[in-house]
Amino acid sequence: MNATSLAAPAFNTILYLDGVSVSFDGFKALNELSLYIEPGEMRAIIGPNGAGKTTMMDVITGKTRPDDGQVYFDGSIDLTEHDEAEIAELGIGRKFQKPTVFESHTVWDNILLALKAPRDVRGTLFRRARNDEDGRIEDVLKTVRLTSVRDELAANLSHGQKQWLEIGMLLAQDPKLLLVDEPVAGMTDAETVETALLLKSIASEGRSVVVVEHDMSFVRALGVRVTVLHEGSVLAEGNLDDVSANERVIEVYLGR
Amino acid sequence: MITQMLAKSVDDRMSRVFMALVAAIGVLIPALNLLIPETSALHVPTYVVALVGKYLCYALLALSVDLVWGYCGILSLGHGAFFALGGYAMGMHLMRQIGGRGVYGNPLLPDFMVFLNWKQLPWYWAGFDHFWFAVLMVVLVPGALAFVFGWLAFRSRVTGVYLSIITQAMTYALLLAFFRNDMGFGGNNGLTDFKDILGFNVQTATTRAALFATSATALLAGFLVCRAVVTSKLGKVLIAVRDAESRMRFLGYRVESYKLFVWTLSACLAGVAGALYVPQVGIINPGEFAPANSIETVIWVAVGGRGTLIGAALGAVLVNLAKTYLTSAFPNVWLFALGSLFIAVTLFLPKGILGLIGSGKARADRFEPKNGDEPAAPTAREGHAKTQPAE
Repeated sequence: MNATSLAAPAFNTILYLDGVSVSFDGFKALNELSLYIEPGEMRAIIGPNGAGKTTMMDVITGKTRPDDGQVYFDGSIDLTEHDEAEIAELGIGRKFQKPTVFESHTVWDNILLALKAPRDVRGTLFRRARNDEDGRIEDVLKTVRLTSVRDELAANLSHGQKQWLEIGMLLAQDPKLLLVDEPVAGMTDAETVETALLLKSIASEGRSVVVVEHDMSFVRALGVRVTVLHEGSVLAEGNLDDVSANERVIEVYLGR
Repeated sequence: MITQMLAKSVDDRMSRVFMALVAAIGVLIPALNLLIPETSALHVPTYVVALVGKYLCYALLALSVDLVWGYCGILSLGHGAFFALGGYAMGMHLMRQIGGRGVYGNPLLPDFMVFLNWKQLPWYWAGFDHFWFAVLMVVLVPGALAFVFGWLAFRSRVTGVYLSIITQAMTYALLLAFFRNDMGFGGNNGLTDFKDILGFNVQTATTRAALFATSATALLAGFLVCRAVVTSKLGKVLIAVRDAESRMRFLGYRVESYKLFVWTLSACLAGVAGALYVPQVGIINPGEFAPANSIETVIWVAVGGRGTLIGAALGAVLVNLAKTYLTSAFPNVWLFALGSLFIAVTLFLPKGILGLIGSGKARADRFEPKNGDEPAAPTAREGHAKTQPAE
């Protein structure tokens, strides 16, 4: 791999995947996957179970090393050379499929822990509360509409609230790119609509967002470019109406 | 907000009560032993001083286990190893203090080395004739072992039951090693027949009282250190790691650094506990490395209530009181009692004795009408439904 020839295609992308392959015990979870996201873009990724959506997120966030291919962040940062913590510090936030929050902590403390601040042992042991931190936490809570439950334990939140808390934690990290895995799974219709609005407002602040989702009405509500994954590679890409009309997409995904 | 502050103040009050209690015990028991004549009903016999002194050391050990298990989710089944290493470091100093008063009258070599026909002191016994050096080793040796062990284990992301098993293997390996005479730590018999510490005879009531007061002070200091750690932001990080480790990684935290820090700190505390234990019981032998000891410590913490610090110390004292009583009254039932206790706590009291007190308080709170400082917050789902535009 030579980095010089890569600089050109990766230029002006926030996320650049080229020919990425990952296999587990012979099963190809990702098969020559190529995908790029522009800065400030929101992209929806759909596909049947086993299409490689979660594996793709694992590769981007450093949990899984690709067998082959290139993964670049912000044009020039080779993500395959970094681990989870470093990639998070670089500015990639990830929301898990199953809402994962710190249940024994209050909503406030969940955001506090996610807030961009020194992450080393000494920094946290001898931390002095910085004046601006409270304001930043309040802003995030307002954005994800959790101000009224800020002193509740996260364990006591409803499923939808937990999803939003996790999105709030992502925002507190102040990332350039958010990877959001099935944000509306288990939500009521009303909550789904709210979540679409929330993600759109996040994207309008100049952050890039990649949303993996099964719920087609939600994807429609987002109104963004859609990438369809199938068997570890891109099957189709375009606006939702175009890909919905694509015969192969209907065959492997929508038609069932 | 209010409930949170209240919980915090109650928490603080419990800490204050606990510290006052330990301080009172630390002063009263030695005073009642030394100052009250033996004929008085208020007199505390010397064997009780030794016994409770031992409990205080166990309480410090329990604190160290709670710090890693209760707060960071690292279930150590080998903390007895750090305790025993601290004990051996102190024991080595006490052996050197015997000097020429041993059975063989060798001014340099402890009796067991003379018996084994050793001609000179092994290099790793050098320096232990100095008290300050021994004290340093009490902290450094367990700390160093924990650091190396933790560095390897946490970096390789060994967690859960696998980690527990290797901690168990670690203490078992040390047990076997210390049993060997060639190791130079007295083999099977360990180190014993201590004469004096800092020039005072270890057998006298005054020295015992001083050791007791030192143990109480160490427990207080250990509690303050643990409390400072768990109430800092680092404490919040530890709990978060316990609850959702991978979430923390994706938030950019180096989970292994946090585990390594708290694990090493915990081992140092366990070492101090062991060092104070040895002069009070008068012996340290490889039996202290027995895996069963470490498991028993975990039971103390579970019984008292993990993740509470106070509960751990309380559990250590209560379970050992029961042990002292049962092993003399009904020697055959102790292990059954211990096993049943652990099962009962796991099934019925997952938060231990302290959790029982806590849940009683929470139940009382629930029935208490809230004072209307802020408008009653709508319940989770209703709250959102109201803000949502009708479709």
